[in-house]
Amino acid sequence: MSAARKLLIFGGLALAAFGMLYGLHYALFVEHQTLDRMGGSLTTAFVDAAERNLPATQLALNNYTDTKYNYVRQVDAHSHWIGLAMVMIILGAVLERLAFSEGTRAAIALAMAIGSFSFPGAVILQTLTHRSSLSSGLAVGGSALVILAMLAAAVGFAR
Amino acid sequence: MSARRVLIFGGIALIAGGMLFGDIFAVFVLHQNGGRTGEALLAATRAVTARDSAAVRQDFVRIGDLLEDHGTKLDAHAHMIAAGYLALLLALLQPYVALSCRSRKILAQLFVAGGLLLPLGIFFIHYVGLAYSPFSAIGWASVLADSAGALLIAALIAEVWGLWRYFRGLRPDVAEPALPPDDSWESRTLLAGGTLLILLGFLYGAWYAAFNLYEHEAREKNILTAMLNASTGNGGDATQFVGDYGRLQAEKAVDVAAHSHIIEFGLLAILLTFVQRFVFLNSRWKRFWVKLLLAGSVILPLFVLLEMHLGLIAGGIADIGGLMVLIALLGMLAGILRDTGALDAQEENAR
Repeated sequence: MSAARKLLIFGGLALAAFGMLYGLHYALFVEHQTLDRMGGSLTTAFVDAAERNLPATQLALNNYTDTKYNYVRQVDAHSHWIGLAMVMIILGAVLERLAFSEGTRAAIALAMAIGSFSFPGAVILQTLTHRSSLSSGLAVGGSALVILAMLAAAVGFAR
Repeated sequence: MSARRVLIFGGIALIAGGMLFGDIFAVFVLHQNGGRTGEALLAATRAVTARDSAAVRQDFVRIGDLLEDHGTKLDAHAHMIAAGYLALLLALLQPYVALSCRSRKILAQLFVAGGLLLPLGIFFIHYVGLAYSPFSAIGWASVLADSAGALLIAALIAEVWGLWRYFRGLRPDVAEPALPPDDSWESRTLLAGGTLLILLGFLYGAWYAAFNLYEHEAREKNILTAMLNASTGNGGDATQFVGDYGRLQAEKAVDVAAHSHIIEFGLLAILLTFVQRFVFLNSRWKRFWVKLLLAGSVILPLFVLLEMHLGLIAGGIADIGGLMVLIALLGMLAGILRDTGALDAQEENAR
């Protein structure tokens, strides 16, 4: 088994296990609290509006959008880590069918692995750094690597 | 039954079960739930206008309940299918897992059991709630789901350990035979079609993240602000903003569903390339199931996207697309069952 194949299969399995562990940790310690906070801040916004306290309404709406911003990205990171892990394992299983040299296959595997780890990681970073351009840049870079690797794989299968 | 067969049967059954559940959810729950959530939101805006805080709270309890109902069903569908995919992937890796035959089989059974219990637990979260739970926020159904998730993780880590042993030079007492290369028309078509589907899904996801995600988030805040301003008599029609809010949620849902489904079907197509040699049907039928699967894989995400323009007709066609994939999957499963039966008969004759 080539090094590229090992990287994709072991990396994919490790990433799947990591994504699952993250999901388990999130479900146990974060999700319920986040959903309560999200629902609570939207309810507060409407209750404050009913009491005609408009500054408090706006504050509660801001809390709601901030919490939802984080929630969407935390759930997305979990699903993308596992989804990309499955793509890595599958690509590892069919790597020998890519009509490229071993070096090109290794480059595709490396791009896929780096992109699959870093793209969801950067999405999580967005929740910690509050919409910084660094985290967005990393997310764009990671997803571009994954797309390029898949594009190369499609070309390799077509050849 | 070997570990690989347990994982192939279990994996395909989980995927088919998850898809069937998804189709039932789309037809009987999704739109009705959305309509009821919109009604509850409209009632909340009326309660704001009437300065009735207690009624607002009641309406939001109702909205929370409806969103939980929707979210848990969606998660049950997604987790069941994802566990099925992972089971099929593990089936591929069985020749390289250096554990005893019995250990591999137990791990396979545990993985399939975890893949079944996880979505079951998620599904019941809405119905069981916090009844008899000793925890403040986690009910017994969540405990079941989390335990099943832990079981999946443990089985996966054990499989990785088996792989690690294999690459250290250890070999199992009775190894699963490695799959010989399959260059049949079905295999090549599924591989090419699956790769293309995944690539399209990636590109659509990137386009969505670049142009829609932030715009949707900003629009949601603007609509909610306008809705509350209208409800407090500061201009505008709250009913119209509730409608706008519902449309925005639908837009987000179709974008995400199209992105995730096209990639999932691509993965499924590539995974099925490996089981084609076990599909004991003549080539005419094998090709038919492949074409049906790929056609359904394109129809579902495409018509999910068109739902915003064509309405429920597109939704109905998308459901038919999902059904096509499901039927193709069951057709292939029937072929695999015939193969298993033929192998069992050969063994019996040999004895």
